[in-house]
Amino acid sequence: MKKCVITVVGKDRVGIIAKTCMYLAEANINILDISQTIVDGYFNMMAIVDVTNTDKEIQDVAKELEELGRTIGVSIHCQREEIFEKMHRL
Amino acid sequence: MINRYEVYETNQMIEQENLDVRTITLGISLLDCIDSDLERLNEKIYKKITTVARDLVSTGEAIEKEFGIPIVNKRISITPVSLIGGSACRCSEDYVTVAKTLDAAAGNVGVNFIGGYSALVSKYMTKSDEDLIRSIPEALASTERVCSSVNVGSTRTGINMDAVRLCGEIVKATAEATKENDSLGCAKLVVFCNAPDDNPFMAGAFLGVTEGDAVINVGVSGPGVVKHAIEKMRGRNFEKLCETIKKTAFKVTRVGQLVAGEASKRLGIPFGIVDLSLAPTPSVGDSVAEILEEIGLERVGAPGTTAALAMLNDQVKKGGVMASSYVGGLSGAFIPVSEDQGMIDAVKLGALTLEKLEAMTCVCSVGLDMIAVPGKTSAATISGIIADEMAIGMVNQKTTAVRLIPVIGKDVGDTAQFGGLLGYAPIIPVNEFDCSKFVNRQGRIPAPIHSFKN
Repeated sequence: MKKCVITVVGKDRVGIIAKTCMYLAEANINILDISQTIVDGYFNMMAIVDVTNTDKEIQDVAKELEELGRTIGVSIHCQREEIFEKMHRL
Repeated sequence: MINRYEVYETNQMIEQENLDVRTITLGISLLDCIDSDLERLNEKIYKKITTVARDLVSTGEAIEKEFGIPIVNKRISITPVSLIGGSACRCSEDYVTVAKTLDAAAGNVGVNFIGGYSALVSKYMTKSDEDLIRSIPEALASTERVCSSVNVGSTRTGINMDAVRLCGEIVKATAEATKENDSLGCAKLVVFCNAPDDNPFMAGAFLGVTEGDAVINVGVSGPGVVKHAIEKMRGRNFEKLCETIKKTAFKVTRVGQLVAGEASKRLGIPFGIVDLSLAPTPSVGDSVAEILEEIGLERVGAPGTTAALAMLNDQVKKGGVMASSYVGGLSGAFIPVSEDQGMIDAVKLGALTLEKLEAMTCVCSVGLDMIAVPGKTSAATISGIIADEMAIGMVNQKTTAVRLIPVIGKDVGDTAQFGGLLGYAPIIPVNEFDCSKFVNRQGRIPAPIHSFKN
């Protein structure tokens, strides 16, 4: 299974999770784990997603999510999970 | 499962602390391009490089975007040209044509530097070696991307003082040939002792003949990350400080390992090594000098600098070695003056001298690097400085190097501007007492006694 970590950070408003998840659903990307908090009006979400079955290239997903973030008013990163696995696990 | 804190820490390192992969260097052997006809030699070289490296830049960019980690440079290293041109090149001018071919090939595939315009002469020079070395000023003045190096000593063979003497002249001539640009040519020329076959960093990168046909070597960098990590250790004891550096070096090197593995897989080229060197850039917050100052020195160059650097260098290695399956290249802390804002500031204040830099080279990896000296410095003095650095490498069984820039027309108090990643540098004073009687002696300094290990 190929996995990515999606992080969304920015000022809270209606529809952030909805819009992000709509994109993922349309791209055939399954959400495996999702957690989200709001601190002082700031929205912070992390999702671990399965990108095995998407037709898109990961770098395009990353770019499109970045653009989506800009339109919503938040910052969205999508990164292959290996970078975190490799840095923080022996 | 990865937790939110780890994701945050990684992305902080990338966004705030200048964590990046400094270079993916694709090593390409040119041994199969050897030809006795100069035109055919150049054609084969151009074809091999542009074929093998065709997808290097796009692959680097894809990995960058998928993992969210900047890969600052994609570069190429090649077999030392003196080993390729020995038959076809009858004179220095012939070698310059090869330099131009390398420059064109590098431009075609989109890399910013190609290293390996080099000769390995730690014992003797052949006529062909000498032709190449003498061609260096013209080659570097008439190309943009070509980097050059000469290995003039090793622990096993001693120091080739004839080559040291010649290199002093060549450094000076390269400075003259590029004096319109503050002698920038010298920033692309390294004189080595114990040069490694697999160094991915410029300007001293070349692909040794032991490295196979093509290989991926990666250099990581995270001085900003290390500095940030040890800020929390202010006032704490050495044990805690060292552990923090070690663990941070582990994380930084792991990024290099990941990227190297991905690049190797996608390009179908074997993975060579990760060079876990701490390499600064002129950007704010990307300084090795600042790490040393954070360790407890008012300014880099103050007493304690050599000890602090020795400790830093060692902990970086200990952490990094666990993180990678193959570690190689230079793998230590870099102290290039023009590429490190903290070093520049220390030189300007008079806290850091050439002599202290020389002491520091005993305990870390690179040598006297990116140091601007007065344009009037004589070739003999440059040779003397090279000889000193070679002796340090030879006796201590480590790689040392000299990348000195005598800035024609400038003196102490002036600044040389190199631009981009090469930065800028204040001119540092050089001891002006003469060493030409030493440097002009013919021959070689023999290998040291402890090189006889059998």
